[in-house]
Amino acid sequence: MSQDVADLYCRVNQTQEIVLDAEFTCRAGEVLAVVGPSGGGKSTLLRMIAGLAKPQAGEIRYGERQWFNSQQGDYLTPQQRHLGYVPQHFGLFPNMTALENVVAALDHIPKAERVERAKDWLERVNLHGLPDRLPANLSGGQRQRVALARALARQPSVLLLDEPFSAVDRETRERLYLELARLKEQLSIPVIMVTHDLNEALLLADSMILISQGVLLQQGAPRDVLTRPRNEAVAKQMGLRNVFDAEVVAQEEARQITWLKFGEHLIASSYFDSLDIGSTVRWVIPNQGIRFNSIAKGRLCRSFNKLIITVESTLAMGETMRIVASIKGVKHSLNAEVPLHLAQKLALAPGVETEVALKSELIHILETSVAD
Amino acid sequence: MDWQALGLSIKLSSVTVLILIPFAIWVGRLLAYHQFRGKSWVEALIMVPLVLPPTVIGYYLLVGLGSQSWLGQLLQNVLGQQLVFHFSGLVVASVLVNIPFAIQPIQRAFEAVPEEVRDAAACCGMSPFKALTKIELPLVWPGVLTALVLCFSHVLGEFGVVLMMGGNIAGETKTIAISIYDSVQAFDFASAGQMSLVLLLFAVTALALTTSLSRRLGGLSVSRRR
Repeated sequence: MSQDVADLYCRVNQTQEIVLDAEFTCRAGEVLAVVGPSGGGKSTLLRMIAGLAKPQAGEIRYGERQWFNSQQGDYLTPQQRHLGYVPQHFGLFPNMTALENVVAALDHIPKAERVERAKDWLERVNLHGLPDRLPANLSGGQRQRVALARALARQPSVLLLDEPFSAVDRETRERLYLELARLKEQLSIPVIMVTHDLNEALLLADSMILISQGVLLQQGAPRDVLTRPRNEAVAKQMGLRNVFDAEVVAQEEARQITWLKFGEHLIASSYFDSLDIGSTVRWVIPNQGIRFNSIAKGRLCRSFNKLIITVESTLAMGETMRIVASIKGVKHSLNAEVPLHLAQKLALAPGVETEVALKSELIHILETSVAD
Repeated sequence: MDWQALGLSIKLSSVTVLILIPFAIWVGRLLAYHQFRGKSWVEALIMVPLVLPPTVIGYYLLVGLGSQSWLGQLLQNVLGQQLVFHFSGLVVASVLVNIPFAIQPIQRAFEAVPEEVRDAAACCGMSPFKALTKIELPLVWPGVLTALVLCFSHVLGEFGVVLMMGGNIAGETKTIAISIYDSVQAFDFASAGQMSLVLLLFAVTALALTTSLSRRLGGLSVSRRR
C-alpha cells in the first residue's frame, strides 16, 4: 500500500429510527471488530462511516480530513471518501465479470493500467483463472475474494467489511480467515469489520467495540473485553454465563488480592481497588478460568479457589461437553464446557460430585455491582 | 386499410414512448430508492389512469387544455396553437394515460436491484449517473423493455382519450383505432377487419417478442463467458 494512511475517528449520536451512540478510533494498520447481536446497529454504523447513511449528529474524521461533522455541516459522499467496502453479500455487479468488477473500482488510475492492476489484485486474493466468470458462476468464497480484491484495488483510505464471512460455508470461512489474517499483515490502513461472531473478533481483530441496541457497551482488545467485561450486559453479550454475587471480605493491596465470600467458599480474585469491605459485588469468570481436577479429588494444584460442585446435567456437543453443576451454598449454577475426553476421564455425569478450581486472575468483578 | 391512420398511430406511439420512457426511468428509480412523505399519494396518483375510464381523462384534458381554460389559453399563447384537436394534444393525452404502464414495470425493476450493489457502486467511486448507466440499466432493461412495449401497444390501440382530445381529423388526429370505429360505422367491415387484424397481430407479436427477448437475453447475460 502506497497511499497516505491515518487513523479513523468516529462519533455518532442518533436517537431517531435506528438508535446509535458510539465513539471510537480505529488506528492505521489496526483491525477493529464491531461486535454485537443482529439488529444492534452495527451495519448502520458501517454504512455511516462509508457515507451511505447520514448520522443525525456526530463527527467522522480520517486523519485531519472531516468526512462528516454535523456542527460544521461537513459531509463527504462515499465517492469522496475513497474507501473500500465489502457488503455482507459482497454487492458484486451481476452484469460484470470478476475482472470487470475490479476494473470498475479503478477510476482513480489511468485507463490503460486498470486491467493489469485488476488482474494483479485477483491473483493476490488467490483467484486464479476465473477473471472472465460472472458472479453468478462463482462460489461464495470466490465471490468474497472478488469483492475483497475490488475493495483493496482502490487503494482505499479505510477498508470496511460487513459480516464478511457470514455468507460462506464453514470450510471456506476457515480458509478465508487465514487469507485475511495474512492480508492483514500487508495492510497499513484502518480496517473495520462488522461481525456477530465473537470468535472472528478474537481471531482477526486487534481491538473491538461491543454494540448492543445501538449503544457502545465496551471497547478494547478482544481478549480483554472477553475476560474483563465492564458490566453484566457486556458479560452476557460475550456469552459469559457464570455471573455470580459475592461479598467483599478483605483487600490485600500488597499481594494484589481481593478476597470474596462466595456461598460457603472463600475465593481470591485479582485486586480491585475502591471496593468496600462488606459490600456485595457481581463477578464473572470465563470458561477458561474454570479448571477441572484431572488428577484426583483433594490434590488440586496450589490454587485456593477450590469449589465442590455436583453435576446436574451434561450435554455432549461435538468435541466438548456442556456441564451445569450446583455449587454448595450458592443458589446459581455453574456452567462449564469441558473437552469431551476430559469429561469422560473424570466420568462426569449427573449426580457426580467433583472439585473445580477458579483461576483468580480470570475472576473479574463487574463495574456495576448489584446486590440481590 | 387506412394507411394514413396506421402511420399516424405509429408516429403517436413512437413520440409518446420517446417522451415517456426517460421520464419513467427517472421517476421509477426515484420511487424505488427513496422514501419520502406522501410517497403513497404519488404512487396512487400515478395509478389513476389505470382505473379511470379513458373518456373521463379525455374529458378533463379537453376541458383543462381547451381554449376556454386559462391553461389552454396560456399554452396557446406560448406554443402559438391550441392542443386540443391537434397531434400535440394527442401526445400530451397519450403520455398522461400511459404513465402507469411506463412507470410501474420500471419501478419494480429498480426495486429488484439489491441495495448492496448500489452501495458498492457508490463506494467504487461511481457517480449516480455512471451507476445508472453501467450497473443499473443493464440490470433493469427487461423492465424498461416491458414498459416500452406496453406503452407502444397501448397507444396504438388507444381510443377513448384520443377521440375526446383529438376528435377525428384525418392526418392529424385520426388514429387507427378511430379509423376502425369509423369503418364499422360506415359498414365497411372488410376494412375494419383488416385494421383490427393488423393491431391484433402487432399486439401478439410485440408481447411474444418481449417475452422471448427477455428470456433469451436474460439467459445470455447469465451464461455469457461461463
